[in-house]
Amino acid sequence: MSVFEYAPAPESRSIVDIASSYGLFIDGDFVDGTSGTSFKTINPATEEVLSEVSEADAADVDRAVAAARRAHDKVWSTMAGAERAKYLFRIARIIAERAREFAVLESLDNGKPIRESRDVDVPLVAQWFFYYAGWADKLDHVGLGVRPRPLGVAGQVIPWNFPLMMLAWKVAPALAAGNTVVLKPAETTPLTALLFAEVCQQADLPAGVVNIVTGAGATGQALVEHPGIDKVAFTGSTAVGKAIARSVAGTNKQVTLELGGKAANIVFDDAPIDQAVEGIVNGIFFNQGHVCCAGSRLLVQENVAEELLVRLKARMSTLRVGDPLDKNTDVGAINSREQLNRITDLTAAGDAEGAERWSPECVLPDNGFWFKPTIFTGVTQAHRIAREEIFGPVLSVLTFRTPDEAVAKANNTPYGLSAGVWTEKGSRILAIAGQLRAGVVWANTFNKFDPASPFGGYKESGHGREGGKQGLAAYLQAQEGDR
Amino acid sequence: MSRVDVRKTYKLYVGGAFPRSESGRTFEVTDSSGVFLANAARASRKDARDAVVAARKAFAGWATRTPYNRGQIMYRIAEVAEGRRDQLTDEVASAEGLSRSAAGKVVDAAVDRWVWYAGWADKFAQVAGNANAVSAPYFNLSSPEPTGIVAIAAPQDSSLLGLTSVLAPVIVTGNTVVLVTSASRPLPAVTLSEVLATSDLPGGVVNILTGDVAEIGPWLASHLDVNAIDLTGVSDHALATDLEIAAADNVKRVLRPEPEDFTAAPGLRRMSTFTETKTVWHPIGL
Repeated sequence: MSVFEYAPAPESRSIVDIASSYGLFIDGDFVDGTSGTSFKTINPATEEVLSEVSEADAADVDRAVAAARRAHDKVWSTMAGAERAKYLFRIARIIAERAREFAVLESLDNGKPIRESRDVDVPLVAQWFFYYAGWADKLDHVGLGVRPRPLGVAGQVIPWNFPLMMLAWKVAPALAAGNTVVLKPAETTPLTALLFAEVCQQADLPAGVVNIVTGAGATGQALVEHPGIDKVAFTGSTAVGKAIARSVAGTNKQVTLELGGKAANIVFDDAPIDQAVEGIVNGIFFNQGHVCCAGSRLLVQENVAEELLVRLKARMSTLRVGDPLDKNTDVGAINSREQLNRITDLTAAGDAEGAERWSPECVLPDNGFWFKPTIFTGVTQAHRIAREEIFGPVLSVLTFRTPDEAVAKANNTPYGLSAGVWTEKGSRILAIAGQLRAGVVWANTFNKFDPASPFGGYKESGHGREGGKQGLAAYLQAQEGDR
Repeated sequence: MSRVDVRKTYKLYVGGAFPRSESGRTFEVTDSSGVFLANAARASRKDARDAVVAARKAFAGWATRTPYNRGQIMYRIAEVAEGRRDQLTDEVASAEGLSRSAAGKVVDAAVDRWVWYAGWADKFAQVAGNANAVSAPYFNLSSPEPTGIVAIAAPQDSSLLGLTSVLAPVIVTGNTVVLVTSASRPLPAVTLSEVLATSDLPGGVVNILTGDVAEIGPWLASHLDVNAIDLTGVSDHALATDLEIAAADNVKRVLRPEPEDFTAAPGLRRMSTFTETKTVWHPIGL
């Protein structure tokens, strides 16, 4: 039987105006880096060079921290919360107004489908600023006693999987609480952060409140280890998170870490199977699986495993992999060659250790970095693909017989960021949710985010929460006597 | 003829029992002027590991007790401690070099602190947790849960009030504990362990090691089944830094040492530091 073919539906990239090179954003202006070195950022779907971006060295970080300190002491921390709020509301509005520009730029630089950058990332970014804007003049009610104080200058290092969204998660609560920030975006995805710097200028945000230093690991390290910062907020790998935790030992720096995950998505035999399949697909193939809270381990009750896998494979066969700017695309490009190599290596380990690989047939573009949506069945808990974070569109399928076995397998990981549970039985949802050692439990849903909802991990998935009043409290300290 | 007193060799408190150190070692405890008081067990790294095993075994049961029940047990600790008031007063007086009346005030404050925390057991979730008004039809609730096993370096100086002030907020939310006492002032902690053992507190919820935190601390800080560490009693900055570095091996939550007035009313910080926020989502629909 023939089916209607999709016609290409590309989003126009004419709305974005990418400069051939970018400097650093320090003290309200774009400036050249001290060392004069730069790096290229590419479109991972085509390997086309998008721009050259300055690489900040320790001297640049020092300038940025000094600017943030001045802005903190003289302007931002002393400004009435209601006034800070208005700047943040402005930013929220400007992002909403420039939403399409941000979405296209994010998809170009990151490789994620425009459908996601347009419908998930950018709307959440505007909402994040709007939510925390409203907190800026209500800090007395966050639960730290009256007149809680900002921590000072926050050094923030964010990953490449949700470049602008991670910026918003970091910057919005920090600014609402009266801190100033120096932010380092990931080296493969700096462009939306630099566009955000323009938004700060457009909003007349006082100079130095937000500073953006681009670069790779060395830049991040210089920032985290800078003695002039009071707070480190990091989202990224557990290995780097541990290194940061070591580097701040013995200092007064406060730290929040949002690290890796290997979430279990548990499907019981009474679950609504079609909804569960949608949730599984959303859980692992959303954003190419470049999601720390991805549902990368499917735990399915043995008696429904066969039926569920048939339906899952059928659903996966309808996923459209390809041009991120095509509005029909479900799965975009892998963010970098390095990440593609990591996914390739780990899946090869899955083959070697005896798991069975399956992917739908799909044609991948010739250029760029691509990986087919993939599931492994016959996975045991000892397999590397069941233990290590793949951070790609790869699902490991395990089975269980009893609720206790499901919980034991779900918790059998050093991580504890998120988990899913699918069942029609309410009491079972609450019992399982209570036993899962994970910071976010999605019941009969997956990968939902909201600025009012705290997000963050147990165990080696990090500590501290982003979102909600908990995410705001992470940028505040109580007055002496209220501790 | 005066009666010859029964001198004591105190033991550790692990898994609800009172074992000697597996190392067989003891040390002499003196009062603040150097007069011999008793022998205490000098805990080893093996004792510390055994204590972690006991704490892990006790965790699931303690964390899932009803908050009301945890509160009742903590109140019972206050009751039993009140019954030991004279003994605790003597020990605090000799350990801290206080007059008997000053020591009595310390004991009263410590007992009152157990009562204060007992009342938090079924309220902390209401203060620290919340419903989240998300912008889609989802039920969304955040609740604090215990972090797991918390290793505590108890204050070196404040041998009972400080001890209580670091221990009570950790167990009230459902964590289990491996605690290293003050090195030179361990006897109030030893007596507290006897209080705990007779207060319906399940064995293993609190494990008390007498000894030197510089010796045992590194094994607890790097232990992969310990989830958090409270460094309050580590006065040496270099040691505290080393322990914090070791704690990063499994991303432990760390409470750094800082000067603290234990006579002041506590806030929520110690309970907050050793709890995790769990957020549960569920769709709303017919």
